[in-house]
Amino acid sequence: MSGKIGSAIKRREDPALITGRGRYTDDLKLPGMLHAAIVRSPHAHARIRGIDIAAAKASPGVHGVFTAEDVNAAGLPGMVPVGWLLPELKTPPHPILASEKVNHVGDAVAVVVADERYQARDAADLVEVDYEPLPASSNPKKTTEGAQQIHDEAPNNIAFDWEIGDRAKTDAAFAAAAHTVEVDLTNNRLIPFAIEPRAVIADYDGDRGAITVHMTTQNPHVHRLLMCLASLGFPEHKVRVVAPEVGGGFGSKIHHYADETIVCLCSIKLGRPVKWTATRTETNLTDAHGRDHVTHAELALDEGGKITGLRVETWANMGAYLSTFAPAVPTYLYGTLLSGQYDIPAIHAHVVGTFTNTCPVDAYRGAGRPEATFVVERLMHLAGEATGLGPAEIRRRNFVRPDAFPYETQVALTYDSGNYEPALDRALELVGYDALVAEQAERRKDRTRPQIGIGFSNFIEACGLAPSAVVGSLGAQAGQWESADVRVHPTGTVTVYTGSSSHGQGHETTFAQIVADKLGLEVDQVEVVHGDTDKVQFGMGTYGSRSAAVGGSAIARSVEKIVEKSKRIAAHLLEASAEDIDFAGGKFTVKGSPESSLGWADVTLQAYLAHNYPDDLEPGLSATTFYDPSNFTYPFGSHICVVEVDPETGNTRLLQYVAVDDVGNVINPMIVEGQVHGGLAQGIGQALWEGTAYDEQAQLLTGSLMDYALPKIHNLPMYTLDRTVTPCPHNPLGVKGVGEAGAIASPPAVVNAVLDALQPWGVRHLDMPLHAEKVWRATQA
Amino acid sequence: MLSDFLRHELGLTGTHVGCEHGVCGACTLLLDGDAVRSCLLFAVQCSGCDVRTVESLAGQRAGEGAATEDPLHPLQEAFREEHALQCGFCTPGFLMSLVPFLERHPDPSDEEIREALSGNLCRCTGYQNLVAAVRSAARRLRAEPGEPDAAS
Repeated sequence: MSGKIGSAIKRREDPALITGRGRYTDDLKLPGMLHAAIVRSPHAHARIRGIDIAAAKASPGVHGVFTAEDVNAAGLPGMVPVGWLLPELKTPPHPILASEKVNHVGDAVAVVVADERYQARDAADLVEVDYEPLPASSNPKKTTEGAQQIHDEAPNNIAFDWEIGDRAKTDAAFAAAAHTVEVDLTNNRLIPFAIEPRAVIADYDGDRGAITVHMTTQNPHVHRLLMCLASLGFPEHKVRVVAPEVGGGFGSKIHHYADETIVCLCSIKLGRPVKWTATRTETNLTDAHGRDHVTHAELALDEGGKITGLRVETWANMGAYLSTFAPAVPTYLYGTLLSGQYDIPAIHAHVVGTFTNTCPVDAYRGAGRPEATFVVERLMHLAGEATGLGPAEIRRRNFVRPDAFPYETQVALTYDSGNYEPALDRALELVGYDALVAEQAERRKDRTRPQIGIGFSNFIEACGLAPSAVVGSLGAQAGQWESADVRVHPTGTVTVYTGSSSHGQGHETTFAQIVADKLGLEVDQVEVVHGDTDKVQFGMGTYGSRSAAVGGSAIARSVEKIVEKSKRIAAHLLEASAEDIDFAGGKFTVKGSPESSLGWADVTLQAYLAHNYPDDLEPGLSATTFYDPSNFTYPFGSHICVVEVDPETGNTRLLQYVAVDDVGNVINPMIVEGQVHGGLAQGIGQALWEGTAYDEQAQLLTGSLMDYALPKIHNLPMYTLDRTVTPCPHNPLGVKGVGEAGAIASPPAVVNAVLDALQPWGVRHLDMPLHAEKVWRATQA
Repeated sequence: MLSDFLRHELGLTGTHVGCEHGVCGACTLLLDGDAVRSCLLFAVQCSGCDVRTVESLAGQRAGEGAATEDPLHPLQEAFREEHALQCGFCTPGFLMSLVPFLERHPDPSDEEIREALSGNLCRCTGYQNLVAAVRSAARRLRAEPGEPDAAS
């Protein structure tokens, strides 16, 4: 250990990104490259009677116009697959280009390729599609109540009907309860909104029967695998997927979309590289959305405020098709998190996943865990009121005790570690709770004054997506390990090949810190390679707060193997036994005789010269690890939001936001804090401003930035951050993951705060986003 | 569009395009010293104007001899120091919005900083470190009088 782990080392990614030298997909220009525009359905639900491409084909600069017929003629399987199966899941086909029926606005029907992007777009407008519109639905619950059938395979538009926990035991808890609280809520549909739109460049090499795809992806190998299995059908070794710089993802660049294979089709047909970059409206229409639940939830408590049961009924919108990991999000990433930080003896959750004529819904920052946290923490707020215990005490009485770990919940998870009360205590101290309560009481004397609201959120997440056998038994069609190949060069510098794929998280810095720390090197002596299937061994990619916990652990394991081997080489050179060699600070010494030592590079060089070398050892110094964790990791935290609500305007002002997170050990505190900040902004955005709207005909009303409100810099406060440290007990770094924490914790903190401010008006619940009009109306009742 | 012309004709891909309707601010650059959206301008409208992109920021002190070792603009340095970027896609737009702002407001309040950047969207950072970076850059610029700026 040389102190590199735990240091706020400045990011090595930044010099290129702050000078305009970063290369994102749309920045690339290949010789002879053409441009594609995708023709998309303007109807939410319609039968296709015919497609006339003649005028588009004759348009200036156009090289080709392709439809589903061409997909079949080219011999491509042409289907977008779903990568997570549930029992009795209905999996209607999702063709990359629709030929019979379109099921949401934005569904792809044809593609036009031209010399220039604008020529392609103009020609796309000339493709005549004869549609017979059908009735459409957009609400996840109403779609099951006699709406137009969307897929023949899914009666009543139900994709799955899933439950977890013990219904009878939970019903019994409610029958015996001293207090019950309940809430009907929606979890608003969100657009992920990476500032970089999705983009693809496909370059087909007919001589080799191979194709190179540069694209905006969080997981190049997973994309390649899904394309090879279902949409493109090429042998895997003939496809190279490269992620250049990727401008944010938040989940939306995990999924396999029709678009990447449509662009491949264009390149195959024309024998030239073809680029497609989404317009902003295309991204809003087609980037898989997040959340969109309708839920009824109830909590049962005994006389002393101890929770005895939790009952949840949720309708989860899947959109028009099942996206890559969509079925997992409202089930195994949601139902399993409903115990929160609390010791709840009986839980039952029933989730109905439904089809609607909307953009598919899939993992978006937090994926299921924000929805679960929102349900639990809204109920805790209401329980604090109903029992008179208040928000802090009701939580304290129900925390899983620190000596109860490992703690088995009633919803299939085993929390490996945790210590919840110190985080709450610290948050209360940082926010100045007692003074705030006094100020709040003072303001409540006069309802015309701006009111203070204090909102709590005590969240837990299961992240570091893993272990493979567990996720496999739950329906994942993929493993959830991560790979690392650490190669030591003869001169002692190191190159790391990681299966994680950075899109803003700073892996090139963080991962180099792990290696430098353990080998006694400088960070600059470690290069990190990622995001290219031709360079890097198969890897699972970056999502689910897994890169440090799983990807980082794979690197740490490889480094352990390298240290082990290099000790044996050093022992041979120093004429000692390997057990007597100490390695620290880049130096090998013989125990008890410190004068007998070798430097790191002396040993690495000998590993490649192999002149004076142990007989039973292969030359070379590198190690590959496929690290498969034994459990999820369980970051947690205690967040408190303080707002001021003006009853005259309904406007909510954020006065304070305190976040005390426990993400285990921290590799780079600067990067960790940055992740928390970003997650908070997204969660606060969901609570106050962001809302995806479809009208009665399932037309998207929030197709541009004129109608979808992203948080801006003047909307947000300075956050107050702190940490407690409860290391993960089962991975080599003791890290737990931080990418999603802020987005999981903050929506209920903000909503509870606003509703606390509205207490003088007796408002029990309002659905997000809590924009000014909604809040103002509540004060007029 | 000016942004397309710069990116695809001149190969100056540091100017990014996030929304093509003038809201996200990623394509911001300097036109005769003012921060403007290059996705809302035709290239031909800028004939005869001084156009500066993010590529012009670094290395401005190259003419000052030894300073070439540290060619970053103080704003760029501050962005790196304060971790004011993650994916980096919106970053050039933020930098170019800030160049004329700091010229006109050498000692801005947090309120003024937030006002100045209210036309630039960032989905990664949650903005806190952006505010810190602007404060830091303002300090650096005040300490370096005579520093040539991107708009001169």
